[in-house]
This record gives sequence, structure tokens and C-alpha cells, in this order.
Amino acid sequence: MTVGVAKHRELGLTDSEYDLIVEKLGREPNDVELAMFSLLWSEHCAYKHSRKLLRRLPTEGERVVMGPGENAGAVDVGGGYAVAFKVESHNHPSAVEPFQGAATGVGGILRDVFALGARPIAILDSLRFGELDSVRSRHLLDGAVRGIGHYGNSIGVATVGGEIYFEPPYEHNCLVNAMCVGLAKTEEMVRAAAAGVGNAVVLMGASTGRDGIGGASVLASAELGDGDDAKRPTVQIGDPFEESKVLECCLELLGKGLLVSLQDLGAAGLTSSAGEMASAGGVGIDIDVARVPLREADMEPFEIMVSESQERMLAVVEPSRVDEVLAVCEKWQTESAEIGVVTDSGQVRVLRDGEVVGEMPVEALVDGCPLYDLDPAEPDGWIYGNRQTLDPGATAGETLLALLSSANVASKRWAFEQYDSVVGSRTVRRPESADAAVLQLPEAGSAIAVSIDGNGRRVACDPYAGTVEAVLECAQNLACVGAEPLGLTNCLNFGNPEKPAGAWQLDRAVSGLADACEALGVPVVGGNVSLYNEGPDGPIYPTPVVGLVGELPDPERACGSAFASEGDAIALLGPFQPSLAGSELAKLRGELEMGLPQSDIAAVAAACTTVREAVRAGKLSSAHDVSDGGLACALAESAIAGDLGCRVDLSPLLDRSISSEEALFGEGRGGFVLSGERAALESLASNATEVLILGEVGGEKIEVTTGDASLAIGLVEAERAWNAISRAIAL
Amino acid sequence: MIWGVLQFPGSCDERDALHACSLLGEARLIWHEERDLGGADAVVVPGGFSYGDYLRAGAIARFSPAMEAVAEFAAAGGPVLGICNGFQVLCEAGLLPGALLRNEDLRFTCRQVELQVGHLNLPEETQVSALPGGTLSIPAKHGEGRYWAPEEMLDELEANGQVAYRYAPGHNPNGSARDIAGVRNKAGNVVGLMPHPEHAVDPLTGSTDGLRIFEAVAAAGAPA
Amino acid sequence: MARARVLIRPKEGILDPQGKAVERALPALGFEGVEHVRVGRMVELDAEDPERLSELCEKLLANPLIEDYEIQTL
Repeated sequence: MTVGVAKHRELGLTDSEYDLIVEKLGREPNDVELAMFSLLWSEHCAYKHSRKLLRRLPTEGERVVMGPGENAGAVDVGGGYAVAFKVESHNHPSAVEPFQGAATGVGGILRDVFALGARPIAILDSLRFGELDSVRSRHLLDGAVRGIGHYGNSIGVATVGGEIYFEPPYEHNCLVNAMCVGLAKTEEMVRAAAAGVGNAVVLMGASTGRDGIGGASVLASAELGDGDDAKRPTVQIGDPFEESKVLECCLELLGKGLLVSLQDLGAAGLTSSAGEMASAGGVGIDIDVARVPLREADMEPFEIMVSESQERMLAVVEPSRVDEVLAVCEKWQTESAEIGVVTDSGQVRVLRDGEVVGEMPVEALVDGCPLYDLDPAEPDGWIYGNRQTLDPGATAGETLLALLSSANVASKRWAFEQYDSVVGSRTVRRPESADAAVLQLPEAGSAIAVSIDGNGRRVACDPYAGTVEAVLECAQNLACVGAEPLGLTNCLNFGNPEKPAGAWQLDRAVSGLADACEALGVPVVGGNVSLYNEGPDGPIYPTPVVGLVGELPDPERACGSAFASEGDAIALLGPFQPSLAGSELAKLRGELEMGLPQSDIAAVAAACTTVREAVRAGKLSSAHDVSDGGLACALAESAIAGDLGCRVDLSPLLDRSISSEEALFGEGRGGFVLSGERAALESLASNATEVLILGEVGGEKIEVTTGDASLAIGLVEAERAWNAISRAIAL
Repeated sequence: MIWGVLQFPGSCDERDALHACSLLGEARLIWHEERDLGGADAVVVPGGFSYGDYLRAGAIARFSPAMEAVAEFAAAGGPVLGICNGFQVLCEAGLLPGALLRNEDLRFTCRQVELQVGHLNLPEETQVSALPGGTLSIPAKHGEGRYWAPEEMLDELEANGQVAYRYAPGHNPNGSARDIAGVRNKAGNVVGLMPHPEHAVDPLTGSTDGLRIFEAVAAAGAPA
Repeated sequence: MARARVLIRPKEGILDPQGKAVERALPALGFEGVEHVRVGRMVELDAEDPERLSELCEKLLANPLIEDYEIQTL
């Protein structure tokens, strides 16, 4: 410990926060209490800089079963069933050790979902790294993908979707966001709130070691001697086999009605689980650390309370049923121990062998952290730099090939083939076969669609408009498979909120999220915030990642994104008003700057409704939203996937006061590329929604004309460009 | 027809296998600690990561009481199907020849593959040769699926017609010897393969070619 | 109680992609002149009856078809 620097500062608490703790306790905190406060009052746990903003988000709706504040959100899907889901970040651990960081990120989000009593049925992941020409970024990408595969595949939950982006601002701060979707009978779901004074607190799962103690280790009263570092692993190691046993055990316990409440142990371990369960239940809680099964014999009380060892769950159980609970754990070969009791003291008390070693009011610990207002100020122009990689003299055809082979646009097959996308027999649309993942729920008599989307670069251009776009992109993806949105989860990955520019980005982004959700009538049922993602070169792109879950009545009708029949007409539907602002082309040209067109949310929503109903009626052969790389890329993607060329003329689009280049490669929300019988496509036009017939499916080339620009690329050549990542990785 | 599907700690695909079997009869789960196969006419050892694949895939599961019962069942001629991890367990248990090693490119891979079939035990008219291309379309998903046996053993397997399934040209996802995807024992009642037929029984989630593989096992076990 | 260490390696002649991958990566990291890399496993244990270690190796710790093992008593 640095001489002269107060302990609390080393633990990340400000002087005024420390004073507030002293005031709430009526005395100075001891080491155990200081450690616990420092964790629960950290940004990660307390959301100090974001909580006030998050109050803007709409969280209610008639289909909401569980909203923010529970382990995960959940929506009613009919038939007595609910779908639980949430997305969370594991950014900093993944930058240190990508395999374990990503793996434990998946493990953590799985636990959040089965803590509600929902069986996990799908995983999606949203990943961001620096450019692929960086050895470090290739290493992080490889590790993260292997880690997600390792955990998800081993535990037997299908990884059905996701996205991967490569941008320079993520070079030093990669982003790993993991989303999980689970299924539960609504009446069997359980909340986290501890209840019942005198009820037992039972810890289940892996033994507790020194994982993740990290910074708090300054409080250790004894040196560990040789090999100190080895004994305090900063990297949490995940064990999916252990988690699969814990999962089955918990679901069996819940099915038998043996648990009063259940909570998973994640960040800040026992401290946050015990504290949050007590807070939610308005009760107190006593934890005796001497009864916690330990991996290492000589752990101190504070270490046991802040350890982040994985694969552990905390349950509240009526005393008469504890033996039954322990027996079920025994059957599943998972360790369990009665470690505490629910009280009416309103305190979180830590004991060792009956002797109190720490005592804090629940309210102070869990809700007493001060919340801060941001001091936002719009930055003076584009702060992220530019890098030109595309030859200025490139023709339209060369530009299309460059876009198809750019890492953001190119196929992610290299990654998703490392994930088991079929286990569970629910996957109706596998990765990259449709715009959203589709999962059948035969027991509920319906199906769901899930998409996870975000574009940090566009959010950097205009945090409000860019965030609105993220929500609309998800909605469009769901519409393409005939799904109607039910609920939204989000992970806000941002830089330092104490800096005016970072504060401005966060503030505007949350407003965009709130307004888009409000306008679409989609409640936010849960989410996560990850701040301070900054490196020596500055902050990451402000990156709100949105996960959307929707329902569809007939999964068989879910449209794929590939052209299906020679001779089908191709149409562009929707209020697509493309511009090069924030586009992939602008990036390749090194011309990124502030500013993004505002989306007409109502018009995009109307287009989504039209497409959704057309898909449900079986009127379309394919549906694909226009996204990265613009219309030319969307057409090429549908052509490559279907191994069918196309001949299209974009002239009708030029009536929207845009240039040929904007028509080909401009981006923005609201565009759908549809194929099917001409009459069927034309019938979709209405006062609210415009339909432009562009051409037809056929041939072995992608031929696009726009008046003064035209391109003709062979399918084979396009396909090779689109599969560039496999060659670029070559690991 | 009663199907018994084994379940170990860490099994993943046992419920999918259970569902697939239930399309062709009555299907039950057999917990790994059970010695009683519950009157099963055929046994399926499913896919997944039994015991976390720790030590070697299938190395621990093969010692379970249920597997001891399966060994006796197989010795008496009962039909046994091992899928993926199940195939690994059967090889570790010595009920099938050879071993499964890590994929050549060291990566887990999940993709649809085409399988050529070495003599399916089905009536002529349902033989797979009736399918276009004469192959079965089945998902494969594994990280340790590279089949290996010493050369002499491989020659023997070929000569005896023990190569039950082979990856069609260009479809070998793991570098397995001679493109072998699955083998059977000499007596023909025990068969194992790496791809997952239980994930190819529902037109909504893919092909239905997997049913043929279960039908072949059922035919092997049909009472005389 | 005897402490033993068991080293398990892929048999000669079996393709060892892990060993190959390691071997291929070494020159880029500045290590020339390293070849025939084989990657295996190591198991350490305390055994009451060291006589039975071979049997334990044959039955469980190694797969004799594809792996060699070596027992070192410590």
C-alpha cells in the first residue's frame, strides 16, 4: 500500500463518499466494511453516474412479467410461459484474458437468467475489437470467440446470433457483451428478494477462492508470501461443467418449490448478492464466513465477502426444507452450505464463527451511494480520427467489393461456426440465414425472434440519432422474420462520464433510447452499464447495444435473407433516406465527422408493421434490412446467400434527392430489401409506406445501375470478398 | 419399442435425443447411476460434455454404472447408438474400435454435413440411395471428432463393412481418417457417429434425415 | 503416501495438431531451431498403493490406443 494514501482512495472511494459512509455508520468502517462499501459503491455496482439517466427509460407494458431490478427482465409469451432475457458486459476482464473474460461473461448472464427460474435457451453476443491488422485485436477476437464457444457449447445452450465490429477506438478497450434468453412457466418464476425472518441462507455451487479480489487486496492483513500474484487470480476462471450442474440443481429446486428466493453471485460476490437480496426484501441478513466452502483455507473475512469465484448461487430457504435442498445439491454433485439467516435487523452482518466482524445498514450499503449528475458538453467536432483505406479512384464495383470484404460487413461465419447453434432443437433460423434468430417454443405454442444490434461509430456521429437507429435496427430485423417486439434489454458501453464529452454522449444516448422505446411502445425490462472504457488514445465509440425479443405465431413463415427464386421481383420498402454520414464507406474513405440524419421513427415503425404482416402472410421470398454498407451491400448479401444474382436499377430511389453514390452505399434506417412475386410486393405499398420495384432475381452477377454509376460483380467474386475474414484471421 | 437415453452430469443433447426417439417409440432417460436400463430395446448414449470432457472426452462417463449395464446389453446383442460424446464414450469403453481426437484445425465447428452411408439396415425402398445424391444431411458440432485408428485396424474396418458413415467429399469437418464419421462393431449392433441425427428430425429446424439413423438402430433391435 | 507425477503424451505417429500449432508459432516469437513439439497432459497425485499406478494409467489417465504415459515417483 502506498504510504500516505488513504485506504479508501486506493479502493476507489472519494473522500466525500468515505465521509458519507462514516456518517451513515456513525463511526469509521473497519476493513471488512470498507471493502464491501468500496465494491457496492463502485460505478459498476451502484450506477452512480447513470442511474438518474436510466429513470428516463419506459419500463412498463402489459406483457412485462419482470422489469428492471430483478436478475433479468421477462415478458409473457402466452400459454402460461414467459421469456426472460438480459444483456451484460464483461469488457475489462476480456481485455485482460479474452478466453476466460468472454467465457465468464457468458456464465454470468446465464446465471442471471436461471436465477429467475428460466431455463436458458439461447445466447447472443455483441463483440467489438480494434482493426484486424492489429495482432492484439486478432488475439482478443480469437480468445473471445473460443471462450464464448467453450462456455456456451459445454453447458448446452445454443448460441444463435450476435454481431462483431472492428473499429480503432476499441483497440485498447474491447467490448464483450453477452445476452441470454430463457424460458419459464410464469407461475414458477422466482424473485430475488429475501423474505421470511428466520429463513436460512444457502450458498450453492463452486467453492470460494480469491478470484477477482484484485484491488481490494490492499486490505489483506498478511502477505501471502512467495507466489502472491498466483494466489490472487485477477482472472476469473469459468467452469461450464460446474454451471451445468448448478443450473439443473436450481431448476429442480424451483420446480419442487423448495426456494423462497434465488440470486446469482456476480460482481462483488457475496457482498452484492446478500446485500441486494436483503434490500429487495426489506430485511436484514447475517452471513457467517466460516461456513462458506473455501478453495483456500486461509482466506480472510473480507476476501470471502468480495470474492468473485464463479458458478455460485445464493438461496433463501425455509428452515424445515434446508435438508431437502442440500439433498438435491448432493444429487447434482454440487456443493452446498447453510451460511446465514434472514433477520429483521435491517443490517448486513458478517460473522466469523458467530463473532461479528462487520455490520452495516442494508440501506446504506445497497442504496446509500450518492448518485451524480453529469456535466455534459458537446465536443468540438469529431474526436476519433480518420484512416483512409479505400483508393479515392475506386469504381462503384471496386467499392462494393471493398465494402463486402471490410470486416464490419463481411460474413461472420468464421466465428459463428465455433458456436453450437442447434442444441435444444429450437433453432428455426440459424446465424446469418435470416435477419434475426428464430426459436420455436412448442410448449407455449408460439415462437420468438431475437436480435442484438448497435453501431458505435454512428452513435459517435450523433449519440441521440445513433441510439434511436440501434433500436430501429433491432425492430427491422425482427420484422424481417415476422416478429413483433415485446421487450428490450440494453448494455450501455461508454467512456468516462466525468468528462464533459463522455457525459454528453451518455446523456444523449439514453434520451435516444428512451424516445425510441416510447415511440415503438417497447418497454425496457433490464440492462447493464459499463463506463470508463477509455485507453491512452481516448474513449471508445459510445456504444449502446440493444437486445430485442419479439414473438411470431408461425416460425415456418419466418423469412430468410437470401434470394430464393429466379425471376422473383426485388423491391425496396420503407422510408429509406440514405446518406454517407457515419457510413462504412465514409470510414473507408477517412471522411467520418459529426452529424447523422434523424430517423422518422413513426415511418420506420409503419414499414416494420407492413413487412411483419407480409412475412406472416407468406407473401415474401426473402426479407433483409439495409444496414452496414448500404443498399448495394444488402442486395449483394441476399444474392450471395441465395447463390442467385440480381439485376436492379436504383433510379427510382434518386427521386428522394440523393446522389447515385448515396443510393448505392448510403446508410440510415427504414430500408427493407424484399423479394417475391411482383404483384405481392406492389400490394404492400400504402399511404404510410412506399414500395419501389428495383429489378429481379436472376443470373450469376450482381448488376446495379443508378444512372451515372453502375456495377456488375460476379457472384463468385462477391462471395469470396464477403468471406474475407476467414482468410484475414489465419490464426 | 422402448428407447433408453443415458444422462450424465454435463450431457447436453440428451433431451433432444429423447425427443427424437419418442418419434419412433417410447423414450426414457436413464440416469448415469442407474444399473437398470428399464427394459429398453435400444440404448442411446447422447452428445454433450459428460463430466466436462475432463481428462479425455468420455473417459469418466464410461465407468458409470449405467455404462456397465450398457456394456452387458451390447454383449448380449442389444442395439446401442452413440452420438458425438456418446461415440467417444463407446470408444473409451472399448465397445467400438478407434478413438476420437481433437479436430485438425483445433476449433470447435458446428455445420451441416453430408454423410455417405455404409449399408443401412432398412427395407430396400427406404434405403438412403433413394435420397437425392444418396447422402444424409445432418448437423455436426464438435471439437474432438477426428476419428483415428491404426492403419491395420482401419483396413480391417473397411473390409468388414464396419464404416457406418463417411463424410461426403469436401464435408469432412475435422480431418478424420479416411473421412470416417461413424463406425459399428463387428457384430453390427453397436454404432457410433460424430454428427447429430437427433438434430435432424424436424423439418422446422433442418433436415429430417436423422430419422433414418434411428430407424436403422430400431431395425437392428426389432424382435425376430 | 507416495507422490507421483504421470506424463501423458500423444503416441508417435499420431497427428498432434496442438504440437504442430505451437511449433509453427515459435519462429515468429523469436525461437528458431525448435522441432518435434508434442503437447500432452500431466497428472499429479498422492497414492497409497503406488503398485496400482500402472493400472490406473492404463484404465483411466491415458488411452493406450493413442497415448503413451510415464510415471515419475517424486
